[in-house]
Amino acid sequence: MAEPVTAESLRKLVAGFLADHDPRGDRLEFLRARYDAGLAWIHYPVGHGGLGAPRALQPVVDAEFVAAGAPDNNARRNGIGLGMAAPTILRHGTDAQKRRFLRPLWTGEEVWCQLFSEPGAGSDLATLRTRAVRDGDDWVIDGQKVWTSLAHIARWAILIARTDPTVPKHQGITYFVCDMTAPGVEVRPLRQATGEAEFNEVFLTGVRLSDDLRLDAVGNGWRVAMSTLMNERVAIGGGAVPREGGMIGVLTQEWRERPELRVPALHDELLKYWVRAEAARLSAARIRQQLAVGEVGPEGSAVKLSFATLNQQMTGFELELLAGEGLLHDTWEMKRPEAVDFTDRTPSYRYLRAKGNSIEGGTSEILRNIIAERVLGLPAEPRSDKDIPWKDLPK
Amino acid sequence: MTTSNAIPDLLYDEVDDDLRASVRDMLATRAPWDKVLARIDAGESYDASLWRVIAADMGLAGLAIPESAGGAGAGFRRAAVVLEELGRAVAPVPYLGSAVVATQALLRAGETDLLAELASGERSAALAVPFALAPQAFTADPAGSAFAGNGVAAEGDSLSGTVKGVADALIADVLLVPASGRLFAVEAADATRTPLVSLDATRQLADVTFAGAVGREIASGERAAAAVRGALVAGAALLASEQLGIAEWCLSTTVDYLRTRYQFGRPVGSFQALKHRLADLWMGVTEARAVARYAAAVIADDGDDAEVAAALAQAYCGPLAVTAAEECVQLHGGIGFTWEHPAHLYLKRAKSASVAFGVAARHRAAIGSLVNLPSS
Repeated sequence: MAEPVTAESLRKLVAGFLADHDPRGDRLEFLRARYDAGLAWIHYPVGHGGLGAPRALQPVVDAEFVAAGAPDNNARRNGIGLGMAAPTILRHGTDAQKRRFLRPLWTGEEVWCQLFSEPGAGSDLATLRTRAVRDGDDWVIDGQKVWTSLAHIARWAILIARTDPTVPKHQGITYFVCDMTAPGVEVRPLRQATGEAEFNEVFLTGVRLSDDLRLDAVGNGWRVAMSTLMNERVAIGGGAVPREGGMIGVLTQEWRERPELRVPALHDELLKYWVRAEAARLSAARIRQQLAVGEVGPEGSAVKLSFATLNQQMTGFELELLAGEGLLHDTWEMKRPEAVDFTDRTPSYRYLRAKGNSIEGGTSEILRNIIAERVLGLPAEPRSDKDIPWKDLPK
Repeated sequence: MTTSNAIPDLLYDEVDDDLRASVRDMLATRAPWDKVLARIDAGESYDASLWRVIAADMGLAGLAIPESAGGAGAGFRRAAVVLEELGRAVAPVPYLGSAVVATQALLRAGETDLLAELASGERSAALAVPFALAPQAFTADPAGSAFAGNGVAAEGDSLSGTVKGVADALIADVLLVPASGRLFAVEAADATRTPLVSLDATRQLADVTFAGAVGREIASGERAAAAVRGALVAGAALLASEQLGIAEWCLSTTVDYLRTRYQFGRPVGSFQALKHRLADLWMGVTEARAVARYAAAVIADDGDDAEVAAALAQAYCGPLAVTAAEECVQLHGGIGFTWEHPAHLYLKRAKSASVAFGVAARHRAAIGSLVNLPSS
């Protein structure tokens, strides 16, 4: 782009696009055209849905499309695709892979899921045992994955598997795109404490993936996975909210509308949450300001950690505030939701669902390790597993 | 309900960075912690020569004073950067009391002569109210005869009474005295200032007694009350930057120590139990920075969210700085509890500052009123 991209130039581009494409016409056709015009994710390169423009200007474009009543790509349904798979493919994929995967990913035609965690490999993800064995032009995958949100509607998955058990655990891993329709892929719902199955377990039995579904070099999977997970943490903790947005807003509304619930000690506890929620909100806003001027700091992991702790405490507080009413639950019926509906369910659901906040996307304990070691530069714990071939590790 | 969804710039700019570097360099030379500690042993209070360098030579006393009144016109955002560094060095100077609280009182009162003297660094001033007085506790008496919150009465321009536990009064040249619904300027030499043995010896408190001292009226009525209250709000808001500096010093000093201290054959900073505590502290400092920058920005812009921002600043940053100092003492182990290690200077400054302008619980209660979350 010869001219620097500005909010004004973007508004003009969107206006021109809308003049040529009816937002009330065919939804998919419209979204595909928006992608081809570089107005999907504007910080992506030209030809892959973007303009190579500053990411901070994305809200300008989104607002124009919303104002025109244009269809959106139902981003909540494809969070893993948009937040994790796409940036990973962009950074580590071949041109052919980018062309094949990114467009239907962005439009939402193809939903993605993530085959990382295993029953025996959670926080210590690098110890995973799902095998990928080379067979001619294919890889044959065998293993079991868990905590796989959206697997039952996903077309593709990002997958890490062990390709060399004879080297230390971080070195023998390779990153693949897994075809969720391939023979040998079996998805079973895995119920959570909430009673519903937001995620699944996925059994991979002799699944054949052609070598062109491999992402980056053989043995390089751990490094690729790390860039995926950094994106996950930003995706979980990053959105802009108004004052009293989110869970604190649920509490303040109940407090204002229900004078009969007010107890002095609960009042100060509520205000403690108000203060912490506002501090967390301002901190998240400050991080977005840093990102907008290109200062990428480590504060993103603080947002996720702070959110998890506070959300759990506030949902617990809500049950106590409502006393007897808090003891009722809407349903224990097994459902398979495509997105978390946090505010429209009962307080009991919020209390239970929030328990996942400190586990999903890296446990709070692992995040504290990351902050202590990568941000503060404290020494790592002595480790016995680092230089031992994976096959010789105690399991 | 007071809401503020448009969030101002919370970052530092290049001028802030340069300012920070020059203040930090100067303090490292002129006020390293061992000199600060030696002053306490020698029974010395505020450091007048250090204050002269900061206020006059570096021209920092007038940062928040408009150019038209002889100041730098740089606003409270930049003054906040200075406060961060002064907190980091537990420097015994009256920057908060003179360049923030008294300055804001004069700005709100529309006084200009004294303001010009403060801006040049020639003189310094202190607001004669107890250091622990919360902004929301200061209200004009309905009868208009006295201010709640201090014990001074005016008859004509003659002031009598005592104010207990005033910060930055010992070094002040001029005292700003709320009395009988008016605000007066009194030459400090005309009052009796009794130094108190204070928890934080780097910001020594004093009882200030007026016995018929003559005051010059600066404001009266609503304007006087608004000036005092605005000064306390600015003090509460800007103190958060000092608390941020304290917390940052405690965090970085503790991290450095835990990297080099060996026990059980390994650096103690490699133990997860300690790492997690420091990770939590780092999170707190990260949020405190956003809160302190927000408070400074709102005061600088004279925003309508000032009272909430100030209460939030003290509800969050006050306790956070105390936690940081307490963790610093504990994680240093034996050495951290000794007189010859600086940790206790920060502990005393942090604890004292958490009481200044009202404790956190009082600020939370204030937020409850401001955002319509009533207690009953």
